[in-house]
Parts: sequence; structure tokens; C-alpha cells
Amino acid sequence: MIALVSVSVSHYLVVGAILFVTGVICMATKRNSLGVLMGVELVLNGANLNFIAFGSSYLRANSLGLDGQLMSLFVIVLAAAEAAVALAIALNFYNNHSTIDVDQASDLKG
Amino acid sequence: MMLLAAEVAPSFWHGFFFVFFALLTCGFALGVLFSNNIVRMAFYLVLSLGASAGLFFLAGAEFVGAMQLMIYVGGTLVLLIFGVMLTAQSRFISMKTPSGEWVLGVAVGGCLLLLLLSVAFQVKDWRTPRGKGGLSLEDSKTSSQIGMAFTGVRVDKLDQKNEQLAGGMSGYLLPFVIVSVHLLVVLVGAAYMARTKRRATATGAVG
Amino acid sequence: MSPTVADFFHNSFRLPESLAYLTAAVIHCVLIILVVAVGALLFIWLERKVSGRIQDRLGPTRVGGAFGWLQTLADGIKLIAKEDITPKDADWLLFKLAPYIGFAASYCAYIALPFADGWAARHMNTAVFFILAVLGIEVFSPILAGYASGSKWSLFGAIREAAQVVSYEVPLGMCVVVPVFLCGTMNLVTIGNMQAGLFTNWLVFNDPFTFVIAVVYFTCATASVNRAPFDLAEAESELVAGFHTEYSGLRWSFFFMAEYGSMFLVSGLAAILFFGGWHGPIPIGEILGDFLAYVVTPLVGIVAWLLSFVFKNVHTADHVAVAGHIANSLGCLNFLLKGLIGVTVMMWVRWTLPRLRIDQVMTTCLKYCVPIAAICFLGALGWRVADWTTGADIPLVGIHYGKGGRGMVRESWVEQTQSAKVAENDVPDAPITDPNASDGPTGSVEQSPDELLTMKGGDQ
Repeated sequence: MIALVSVSVSHYLVVGAILFVTGVICMATKRNSLGVLMGVELVLNGANLNFIAFGSSYLRANSLGLDGQLMSLFVIVLAAAEAAVALAIALNFYNNHSTIDVDQASDLKG
Repeated sequence: MMLLAAEVAPSFWHGFFFVFFALLTCGFALGVLFSNNIVRMAFYLVLSLGASAGLFFLAGAEFVGAMQLMIYVGGTLVLLIFGVMLTAQSRFISMKTPSGEWVLGVAVGGCLLLLLLSVAFQVKDWRTPRGKGGLSLEDSKTSSQIGMAFTGVRVDKLDQKNEQLAGGMSGYLLPFVIVSVHLLVVLVGAAYMARTKRRATATGAVG
Repeated sequence: MSPTVADFFHNSFRLPESLAYLTAAVIHCVLIILVVAVGALLFIWLERKVSGRIQDRLGPTRVGGAFGWLQTLADGIKLIAKEDITPKDADWLLFKLAPYIGFAASYCAYIALPFADGWAARHMNTAVFFILAVLGIEVFSPILAGYASGSKWSLFGAIREAAQVVSYEVPLGMCVVVPVFLCGTMNLVTIGNMQAGLFTNWLVFNDPFTFVIAVVYFTCATASVNRAPFDLAEAESELVAGFHTEYSGLRWSFFFMAEYGSMFLVSGLAAILFFGGWHGPIPIGEILGDFLAYVVTPLVGIVAWLLSFVFKNVHTADHVAVAGHIANSLGCLNFLLKGLIGVTVMMWVRWTLPRLRIDQVMTTCLKYCVPIAAICFLGALGWRVADWTTGADIPLVGIHYGKGGRGMVRESWVEQTQSAKVAENDVPDAPITDPNASDGPTGSVEQSPDELLTMKGGDQ
């Protein structure tokens, strides 16, 4: 029954929105810095899903075209770069402070 | 509800697999959010992103879907899991969030979600499915187009009237090169940063 | 587009469209499961026989007759009957799920692998990329298994194995890219079909660099599926077995199903990318073309005529399709044989070379495989450019039988567009997207720009 929907851009937007909001809450509530990083990945993935949906000619007649896919490729690559840097920071923080609790990263607090 | 709109499906299985992958994606994303165990969070994230690659395939973006599986799931998340394991001491594996933060986070997030959902169904063009004519079960042939666009030729924009844009400016050669160099620099920098330079003292800044 | 299995059920049995697709999907799934499961049964038996013979032993001899060919089945029954133990410290969810991830990844990769011309469960335009991507996911299985076992020993094995697999993906990817840019497509069916003809057309003989690349590919593939001499992380024959130390029974056997599945997968990929895919070394069909035309085609015609009583929709015009299917079945056998040879070579290597230390494993990857692959990548590219600029194929062996259609995608596309523009200037009304505007050679690469152009038109 529920499977009988014909998929439109809006449905993709709903999934993207859920991923985005989940990621945002994840970033806000997790104390583990790697958990925060996972939230960022979810947010980026939600955005990617929207790019793909708008760029898909399967879903919409006058779609964004190839630009949607190209943008999401850039997002994926930049997310890889971002994850590498964030992990390096997290590991450095762990080495220096023996913790990965983001609440403990308060050395610069005056 | 919009999701229950009982129209005649252009292709039953397309809708079926959309719902299937969408439920997997959202379900495991919620799993990431509500799990306290960091390794399980990473595992749920793998499944969530893998399922969203399925959504990409369903939208006809085969290349991006494979890219998602290769770079995101096969690369970034392996890195993430390595990070998790390198820092996985028993007291960090499950870190509880205070319930006050939960209430605040879910309240703000819920408002954001409501806003986004209402926006998602605002535009009529977005919520009308393309119908029978739009769903082609043939292979999407976008991978060569994407490759050409990265080398500066937009195959899908051949009828570009603007001379300057038609001359290759509408391609993505420059961003592609910038992003490659950026990635290289970032990886070298990350590898340099992540080296263990000195051991932390046991007393450290642990609260 | 040629009719698919789903179309067949839809047209011949009057099934509703959704049911027809379901039937086709189930058939494909069962066939692939058969390849993976029966393949694992066969390969484990073969491994024992091969290792026995190499060490001057007999191997299994009792179960199922003189060759012991039912030995694996007996082992399988034993494994199913064994107790499934979960350690006390294990993370039970991940511990139980980890074996299936590896198996699922190995199985999913088969979706895009063509077994003959067009015989793939899902005919993908990005098949090479998809297979590599899905194989990359397999690494989660050892990581999670090692972590979830709750034992330091398993965790060490897992980290070693993961580091090895992830590192070897780099040279593996570089090797796979070479056939992709030589053929100008990521579609495995097209790549396979471009190597039709005499065996000198196989990409491994395309130029010296691709020959080296094929060797490097096979080395990296062996390492990325954790076979000896790169199996230090497991070393199940001598040491305790790395990340799956704590596993027993059926879950343990899933790791092995995944391993043997991946072995055949990478061998099959090598067969398609470098060794002509489903084409035999000598194009018997073309050489004996006349003979076939006079003898086999009438036979096929009779068969098709008989079939037309069963399936009303088979017309006599489908002779060609039926003949194509017969040729495809032979090609499929060819392909399976090539994959089997690849797997056998892996076994041969396993019982010939001593195991590498973990630092030697990483050295082989980073200091040898990556630079060699990079140099050969550039070399093959230079060779192709030389081919393109001189306008002549540089013959390596001297015989070129039906070679052609391989070229520089972007350059040929640009040339095509320019000639199309010239044609457009001559005939003002001819649309630029008309594929007939340029009567270029109809090789497959020259077609791909056409496809792009028509795709652009057809998309709107």
C-alpha cells in the first residue's frame, strides 16, 4: 500500500530533511567528538540527497541536470577531506588531553 | 499524508525500493542519534549512508551512488572507524548525553524538521511525480557526461548560446583541479597532524 | 535495447509488470547465489586437492568417490551442526552481523559482473566502479568482527587486515583505471566486447605497460582478498586465525564464502579487463563463419521454429537472438573457465610462495605496487596518445584482428562535434544532436559520443 507512491522530488527532500535534522541533533548532543563528526557526515549526506533529487531527470521534467550530480560529487570529496582533518584533530586532542570529550576542549577559554 | 497518495504507480518496484531504502536511511540515521555506543553509531552510519547510495541509484545517479559507496562508505567511514578504535577506551565508548540537552536538541531539531517538511511540499513542481514517461528503466548514461564536465566540456549544455559559457566555462575543470589539490594538501596535513608527537601525561586535562 | 528477462516474462507469460520484474530478480538472485555458493564448494575442494598435489599428497579421497568431491559438503554439514558460540565480552549485535556484511558485499558485487555479452544481473554503465566500490565495503566485515569479538588478538588481526585491504585498494584502483581509459567506458560488457578477435586483441597484450599492469592487478587483487602470500592477518593454516578467532560454525563459514566469492570476483574482473572476457583466444566463430552460417543457423532456425510452438511470441526473426544466446552460453563457459584459471593461479601461488611479514606486505604495496602502477598508467596513456596522434595502431605482435574502436574519448568526441558542426553549416537544418550527421567509424568508442548526444536529446 505505502509502496504504491510514485516518487517525486518532495519525497527525496523529506528523507534529506530527516537526515539533516538527525545530523544537527547529533552534532548538538553528542559529547564524543567522533559522534559530532558523524553528525556532520549525516548533514552532508542529507544535502547530497537534495542535490541528487533536484538533478535527477527521473523525478522532475525540468531538472537541474548534471549540475546536481557534479555538486554532490564535490560534496563527497570535500566530506572526505573534512573527515580526514577532523579525525586528525580528534586524535591530536586525544593524544594531548587523553580524552575525546568535546566539553573538555576548553583550553582557550579565558 | 502525501506519502500515502494512492496514485497508480508508474513502476511498483521503484516506489517499493524508494520506501525501503528511505526507511533504512532514516532508521539507521536515528540509530546513530539514539545509540550511546560509539562503535555501533559508526556501524549504523555505514548502513545509513549505504542505503542512501541506494536512493542515489534510484534517482538515476549511478556514478554518484558508486562514488558514495567508494569514497564515503569505503573510505571516509573506514577512517572514522579507525579513529573510533584508536580512541576506544571503555569510558569513551558510551558517553551519555544529559537529558536536558536531549530535550533542547530534539525541540530545536523538531522545529527545524517541521519547517523543512513544510517547505518540501510547498512547490507544486516538486511534489508532482514525473509519471510514466519520466521513469526509464534503461541505464543512466551520466558517467561519461560527468567525466566530460570535469574536463571542461558540458555535453548536456551543447545548446549554450552564451559564447563565453559555451567555450568551456560551464565545465568544472577548474573546481575539479582545485578540489584535487585541496584533497592532496588536506591528506598530507592530516597525516602530519595525526602523528603521535608526544604521549599525554596520565593526569592530563581529564575532568 | 535488447529484451530483458523481465520483458520475456511480461510478454510471453502475460505476467503483470511488477510480478515479471520480481520473477526476473529472483532468477538473477538464485543464479548469483549458485555461482557464489557452488563456487565456494568447488573452490574449497579444489584448494584441498591442489594443495595436496603440490605437496605430493592426495588430498581428500573418501567422501563422494575417488576424488573426494563431496568433502566440502560434508564439512558444510559439520559446520552447520557446530555450536555457535558468542564470547562473553563480545558486542553481540555486531558480532552476529559482521560475517554477513562481508558476504553481502561480495555477493552484491556480482550484480554488476557480466558472465557473457550482456549477461549481467544489472547491466550497469559504471560496472567497474560499482564492483570496486562494493568490494571496498567488504573491509567492514573484518573490522567489526575483530572489534566485536572483545579480544585483543582479534582486534590486532582486524586492524592489520583492514590496513592491508585499504592500502591495496589504491594500486588496485590505478590498475583498473588503465583498461577503463583504453576502452573509454566503465561498462564491463563494452570492455569485454572490445577485445573480440584474436587473443592479441586482449588488453593484456595491448602494449607492454598493460602487461605489467595485469600482473600488478593480480598481485593487488590477491592481497585485497587476503590470500596467501598476503594473508598474514589471518594465516589460518598455521597461526590462530586473526579477526575470526572467536567465530565458529556457520558464521565462520560465511567469512570463507565471502573470501572465495571475492576470489572468483577479482579473477573474473581480471578476465574481463585484461584477458578478453568471454572471448576465446581464437575467434573460432569468425574464422568458421561461413561454416556456421550454412550449418548452424538452419539448425537454430529449426529450434526456434519448435520453440515458437511453446512461446507464441518467438518469431522466426528471433533466430539471430537464439543464435546469440547459444554463442553467449559458450562465452559464459569461456568466462567461467578464465575465472577458474585465475582462482587456480591464486591457489598455486599460495602453496608456492612463503608468507610475507606484515611490514613486507605494506612495503610491497606502497613502495612497489603503487609506483609501478603509476608509471605503467602513464606509459599506457602515452602509448594511447602516440596511437592517436600517429593515427596508427602500433602493432605489438604484428597481428591485429578486428582491433579498433579504442581511442581517446574526449578527443574523438571533440572531433566528432566539430565535424557535426561542419555538417550543420553545410545543411542548416540538420540538428547537432543527429547521430547520422557524422559518418565516423562505428567503433564502440566513436559511438559513445553519439550516445552522449542522443542521450541529451532523448532525455528531454
